Amino acid sequence: MSQPEQSAVTAPDAAIADRDALLAELARVLPAAALLSAAEDLKPYECDGLTAYRALPWAVALPQNDEQVVAVLKVCHARKVPVVARGAGTGLSGGATPVVQGVVLSLARFMRILEIDPLARLARVQPGVRNQAISEAVAPFGLYYAPDPSSQIACTIGGNVAENSGGVHCLKYGLTLHNVLKVRVALMNGEVIEIGSHALDDPGYDLLALMIGSEGMLGVVLEATVKLTPKPRTAQVVMASFDSVIEAGNAVAAIIAAGIIPAGLEMMDKLATAAVEDFVHAGYDLEAAAILLAESDGTAEEVAEEIATMSTLLEKNGARQLRISQSEAERLKYWAGRKAAFPAVGRITPDYLCMDGTIPRKHLSHVLTRIAELSAEFHLRCANVFHAGDGNLHPLIMFDARNPGETERAIAFGAKILELSVDVGGTITGEHGVGVEKVKQMCVQFSREELEAFHAVKAAFDPLTLLNPGKAVPYPRHCSEYRLTGSAR
Amino acid sequence: MTDHIEEFRSRILERKPLRLKGGGSKDFYGGPLAGEVLDTRGYSGVVAYEPTELVITARAGTPLAEIESALAARRQVLACEPPHFGAATLGGAVAAGLSGPRRAVSGSLRDYVLGVKLMDGEGRELNFGGQVMKNVAGFDVSRLVAGSLGTLGLILEVSLKVMPQPVAEATLRFEMPQDKALDALNCWGGQPVPLAASCWQDAVLTLRLAGARAAVTAACERLGGERVAEVEAAGFWAGLREQTMAFFAGDAPLWRLSVPSVAPPLSLPGPQLIEWGGAQRWLRGVGDAAHLRETAARVGGHATLFRGGDKTGGVFAPLSPALMEVHRRLKQSFDPYGVFNPGRLYSEF
Repeated sequence: MSQPEQSAVTAPDAAIADRDALLAELARVLPAAALLSAAEDLKPYECDGLTAYRALPWAVALPQNDEQVVAVLKVCHARKVPVVARGAGTGLSGGATPVVQGVVLSLARFMRILEIDPLARLARVQPGVRNQAISEAVAPFGLYYAPDPSSQIACTIGGNVAENSGGVHCLKYGLTLHNVLKVRVALMNGEVIEIGSHALDDPGYDLLALMIGSEGMLGVVLEATVKLTPKPRTAQVVMASFDSVIEAGNAVAAIIAAGIIPAGLEMMDKLATAAVEDFVHAGYDLEAAAILLAESDGTAEEVAEEIATMSTLLEKNGARQLRISQSEAERLKYWAGRKAAFPAVGRITPDYLCMDGTIPRKHLSHVLTRIAELSAEFHLRCANVFHAGDGNLHPLIMFDARNPGETERAIAFGAKILELSVDVGGTITGEHGVGVEKVKQMCVQFSREELEAFHAVKAAFDPLTLLNPGKAVPYPRHCSEYRLTGSAR
Repeated sequence: MTDHIEEFRSRILERKPLRLKGGGSKDFYGGPLAGEVLDTRGYSGVVAYEPTELVITARAGTPLAEIESALAARRQVLACEPPHFGAATLGGAVAAGLSGPRRAVSGSLRDYVLGVKLMDGEGRELNFGGQVMKNVAGFDVSRLVAGSLGTLGLILEVSLKVMPQPVAEATLRFEMPQDKALDALNCWGGQPVPLAASCWQDAVLTLRLAGARAAVTAACERLGGERVAEVEAAGFWAGLREQTMAFFAGDAPLWRLSVPSVAPPLSLPGPQLIEWGGAQRWLRGVGDAAHLRETAARVGGHATLFRGGDKTGGVFAPLSPALMEVHRRLKQSFDPYGVFNPGRLYSEF
């Protein structure tokens, strides 16, 4: 596989670092089992969920406590060796792609839930704790951790903080940003700072807002305090199908205009529906142009009221079929397809790229029409799943990497979709992050001055640009290269 | 409107300290006022409002009242209820970053910021965030600007997420000592009760419920207490949000203690009023600043001299050296010549 962004992930000054001397120093601060450097041991770390981009680091450190993390950072800082922090490696934008001649800092061994305070509704956890493990641990108290990215079985809270992860319920319950109260962070120079508090605010600048979604470029999370939410008593979902995407979009707008914030509001197009139906047999309407899932949660009375209103609005806006889940099992069955959309598409194609733009919903039909045209142009199929409530669109571009040139074509197709998202007033990434994947498209969304501002923000935390360098924010040379071939502003 | 932008830019490029000012409603807040006034009120107006996308974008000088009435016409609100304290503008509200009674449940003003257009110390117009709900492209500078008291740049335009007005509301009143009230608030917070705001003062807990009609009705039955009439309730919550109720009257210094909601009753000289389910505690009186700060810090919070009093010891809780260094570098990168609201947040910059 080619490495399209290799130049962006190379060490800033390779000559400074010396591999053997580095390994010797790391061996002094880490137990032998916590330091990997043999090629076969490094291999599992060569990529994250974005497998199209791979690189072998010099070493992988697997520290077990804060002191070891700080020691690794200090060694690397002194030797000016880049460090890439890594959680479960489920990220979809290459945020944890290693830097060659760098160190991968795995937080996988930080797996402890340190404190659960049901009265204060918070949990203090180490960064390697899995998203779903928090909800499982606090379930006996009638609480849960609200953000639910599709990877929640595997992904870790440290990675969620880095990416500001969302999920299918974030229109109502917010993103990671809205559900993390405090982080303890090691800066690249080894200094440890606390940001946020168990109170509702903190004096000074809102550094927590900067840290969440910073793609591991500002600091390494050592500990996070997350907010816990009371579990809704009950939930019910309406499944509606439509003859056109426009009708489905109008139905979504009508629900919001009626003053309802559904717990989940998801759309799938015909191709995506076919793929998931074949996989989970949820009974989706295969003739429909679009399927809509609208969920209500709360007390039984609340849910009944909301489901009735939503059903009326869906019908009024042309739903051809309407089904309301009659049991928890049925609700989960309706959702199973949506939640399994990525693997379901994975079954019908050797490879796929998942895009992540967010668009103002009023442009949905224009964007989907344009994606269909591009699909024909690039000779690649594309299925669309859509967080309809918040405008976050996931086109899944299908390709076969074994066919020469097809990977490049898929990447070019994806780039067009991202540019389209920006053109209609949206963004290139709603929840997956920029990473290495979309770093060039940042030149489309942001001006040179804005990118300079981002570099300055990074420098405020990491003046030597050693922490996850080359990710998320492009350098001017990337943009000038991109402008020669693309349509950057 | 381009005239305003050019005027702002030329003022900024003079590189002399500027005091950014909207309606002046929060002149009392933060460190001493310094610099020549730059008035944003001419740069006003709603740029875009999409009720079905839950987004409003407006220029900084737009009166907050104008925004709220535009929202009300479509039965929507700024869920965090930012206080006006007078003729507030949108830019000032975002710069101050203050939230009202509903904050503990709704999230803070910062949580609703989707995008900001900023003019930095070099007179450059910079866009961060955008007009969509989910956006992780680039560092979240738009939310960093919220609550920065204008020290990072001149806010030109803001996009906010808006929410539907709750269908139903009810206000309940309970006779309850402070410790019992704190316990009750924290317990209810962990249950599916449609809490919207709380206020404890003088052994009386007032509770606002808001949400679906069925949920509010059910909660009223379950919680009991004395139901407060609609008009009286509306006046009460407005008085709390705008700090016009008796507790806030007079010249005695007003301290704001932001603490974990489960912090025990704080024994401090002077009357207290507790909001946000226990997480925001107001204190009147000339307490010793160091003692107050220490008390708040001991329970995991911080204290702000919110209004009045002696500001010479600083208004906000001091930062650790490492955090101050990060603040200084951020300030330096957005405002290299120290133009914007010097000393308003910390005397160091």
